[in-house]
Amino acid sequence: MQVTNKLTPFFENLNFERDDNSMVINFGPQHPSAHGQLRLVLELEGELVKKAYPDIGYLHRGVEKMAENMTYNEFLPTTDRLDYMAATSNNYAYALSVERLLGVEVPRRAMVIRTMLLELNRIISHLFFIATHALDVGAMSVFLYAFREREFAMDLMEDYCGARLTHSAVRIGGVPLDLPPRWLTDLSKFCTKVSYEIEHTYEALLTENRIWKMRLEDVGVLTQEDAISWGCTGIMLRGSGIKYDIRKEEPYELYGELDFDIPISDKCDSYGRYALYMEEMRQSVRILRQLIPMHSKTEPKLMAHAPQYISAPKEEIMTQNYALMQHFVLVTQGMRPPVGEVYAPTESPKGELGFYIKSEGEPYAYRLKCRAPSFFHTGLLQEILVGTYIADVVTIIGSTNIVFGEVDR
Amino acid sequence: MAQHQVNYASSAGLPIALTSVDKLVNWGRSNSLWPLTYGLACCAIEMMASGASRYDFDRMGTIFRASPRQADVMILAGTLSKKHAEFARRLYDQMSEPKWVISMGSCANTGGMFNTYATVQGVDRIVPVDIYLPGCAPRPETLQYAMMMLQKKIRRESADMKKNVKQRII
Amino acid sequence: MRKYTPKDNLQKKSYYTDRFWVAPRVPKEMVEEGSHFDDVVKALSEVSEIKESAIELGQLRVVINPTDNFKVLEALKERCGYKMMSEMSAVDYLAKDGEFEVFYQMLNLDEAKRVRVVCRIQRDEAVESVVSLFKSANFAEREMFDMFGIKANNHPFLKRIIMPDDWEGHPLLKTYPLQGDETASWYEVDKIFGKEYRDIIGPENRDPSKVDRYDGQRFSRVGYEVPFGTEIDPENEEENPIAYSETFMVDYTTGTETLSRRK
Repeated sequence: MQVTNKLTPFFENLNFERDDNSMVINFGPQHPSAHGQLRLVLELEGELVKKAYPDIGYLHRGVEKMAENMTYNEFLPTTDRLDYMAATSNNYAYALSVERLLGVEVPRRAMVIRTMLLELNRIISHLFFIATHALDVGAMSVFLYAFREREFAMDLMEDYCGARLTHSAVRIGGVPLDLPPRWLTDLSKFCTKVSYEIEHTYEALLTENRIWKMRLEDVGVLTQEDAISWGCTGIMLRGSGIKYDIRKEEPYELYGELDFDIPISDKCDSYGRYALYMEEMRQSVRILRQLIPMHSKTEPKLMAHAPQYISAPKEEIMTQNYALMQHFVLVTQGMRPPVGEVYAPTESPKGELGFYIKSEGEPYAYRLKCRAPSFFHTGLLQEILVGTYIADVVTIIGSTNIVFGEVDR
Repeated sequence: MAQHQVNYASSAGLPIALTSVDKLVNWGRSNSLWPLTYGLACCAIEMMASGASRYDFDRMGTIFRASPRQADVMILAGTLSKKHAEFARRLYDQMSEPKWVISMGSCANTGGMFNTYATVQGVDRIVPVDIYLPGCAPRPETLQYAMMMLQKKIRRESADMKKNVKQRII
Repeated sequence: MRKYTPKDNLQKKSYYTDRFWVAPRVPKEMVEEGSHFDDVVKALSEVSEIKESAIELGQLRVVINPTDNFKVLEALKERCGYKMMSEMSAVDYLAKDGEFEVFYQMLNLDEAKRVRVVCRIQRDEAVESVVSLFKSANFAEREMFDMFGIKANNHPFLKRIIMPDDWEGHPLLKTYPLQGDETASWYEVDKIFGKEYRDIIGPENRDPSKVDRYDGQRFSRVGYEVPFGTEIDPENEEENPIAYSETFMVDYTTGTETLSRRK
């Protein structure tokens, strides 16, 4: 056994010198493929991958244990950091679980704002996907174009909630803030810009590109049985031909009333998934366009009325005594939800994101488990990478769109 | 022609030349700092955004390099977990002198909001840090300001990088 | 005398609970005759004993014996069409009942319905691995083992996945402190530099509100500021008192105009 010191490399259990022709490569926790801290140990035969072993846990922060020691409202900003690409979708998934547990109903205007934020986050996340995927595969200029659009979207988010990346834009029971004055006009301008760019930049650069097609077609083929067995959800599932989108099948928020399509692809490879991401962005823009006129038709109520669990709006807190007292108790002591458990699945840009919350009536959750889509997609890697070339490994990791905040929590 | 002979060894002599070598070397080093891509968590996204189209990082001469041998600065962006700490230190050791470290974001500075069993409470327990950047996540402009501060710091130092400050960890 | 803190449950407790307060429960509904969930319950009760079954918040929750978990999940997959296992984990009830509660969250893609299968195991028991039925259990059971110490029999590769391989302890147990025990707090120092450096680097600072008593004074000479690079002579320092700018003083008594503009 080697003794660790500052310079001698030390890897446990891995025999790097082998007698046959295979080579073991460590695709270490730091690599320029921008997906975070994935360590893949690949056993190669020449350039062909014989065995792949994903090693995760390099971003484990103990989020689930933190949830057991914080009140429900305190924990909301921590959920931002799980899938840090599209922070509001995690906030929303958590808020939805707690709202289902409490049994409160969110007012309509809050639902409109939340759905708008969710779709905007979907566009942000998919733009990031195309940026990093193209960067990994080699089309580096797409990275800069996609980030340009992403900056506009993050400007919108910043106008609304003040933060570019870690939003905490929703609260349990609604949203804290109403939309700023010109947000809706900016959003419609953004929608036109994004739909123009999707067609004229990303698709024009990539879809019919011979090199892109050669790199992506028949790479990372995921059969239907494998997809279901491995617990893949979201675009991984729809890329294999299974038509399941939680927004349509188990609708939450306003998705039951909105008109949008679910694209599926029966190609099962990375090219199909890429096409689905582009099409989903278009559908998100379509949803946003339907939501923009709905905002003014709702009455200006932003938080649910459940004084036992949720504080009153700020105007009432500042003027009414009992609202202030209740707010004080809810902030310092925390709200006590009913005893029981809940699992609320939502469709995040990565897949099915759900929070399993088990409460014992205490202000602190007894157990919170975050069902992260990227966790199961990383498990899938050990099967899907076998038999591919090492250049395809990068493509496949990019195509599965894993985010390590979720995987490791 | 003989009148214009400059005698370099007299009063305008060697000590002054060393100072300008200092300045020259520091000018070269500060204006082309090549960072090591060490994005760990959410701050990595802001680091990428600062290198992207709107907040261009290239104008400072920075090119993100993936290999530690070619990098000058290590920007630790994001939470360092205890499992990863060993690799961060190894990569820091593999960087060649002169090297600097920027700790970006609350999680890298002090462990941030993750006051748990699996987070290193501050990257300065592992590597010596030159610039600390607060924020969660810090804006791209903050990262560029930090880079400019680092450039100022480099220009102040002597070229052989002898630090007079006693450090806990080298 | 210091307050008694129970050692078997280190989770944070509320500082005040009303003595006569009874917590409400999540509403449970009975399974209706002839519905989809009724077929599921009937199919499962043929395979094993179902201790209780109810519909909570639109999802069926079935409690079974831990020895039957493989059979029940197989019946769910083959006969009732619950082909996807969304999630699988455990809840630590060791302090209360001495048991773990392991749950499996299943999804039926055709009907869009979800079932949660729950079983209770004792401290040293292991569950049967369901990897042969659902491959997603591969990582999920490894995580359960890593976080709780619950082993899964016949798992192809049951090793720690999220914590480092030589970590001691199972983090999500209620007996494990949030900030980590002794080995956890020195883990990175021991690994990289060795035990001798524990004194050099010092313990972790886990207090989020720690402020050095002389924080604002020792590194910056408040009140005695000089430009950068000036030689400082400790005896002859000139005082440079902080001058408050007049424009920052707002007179609130006569500021009615500013208030209305702020709305």
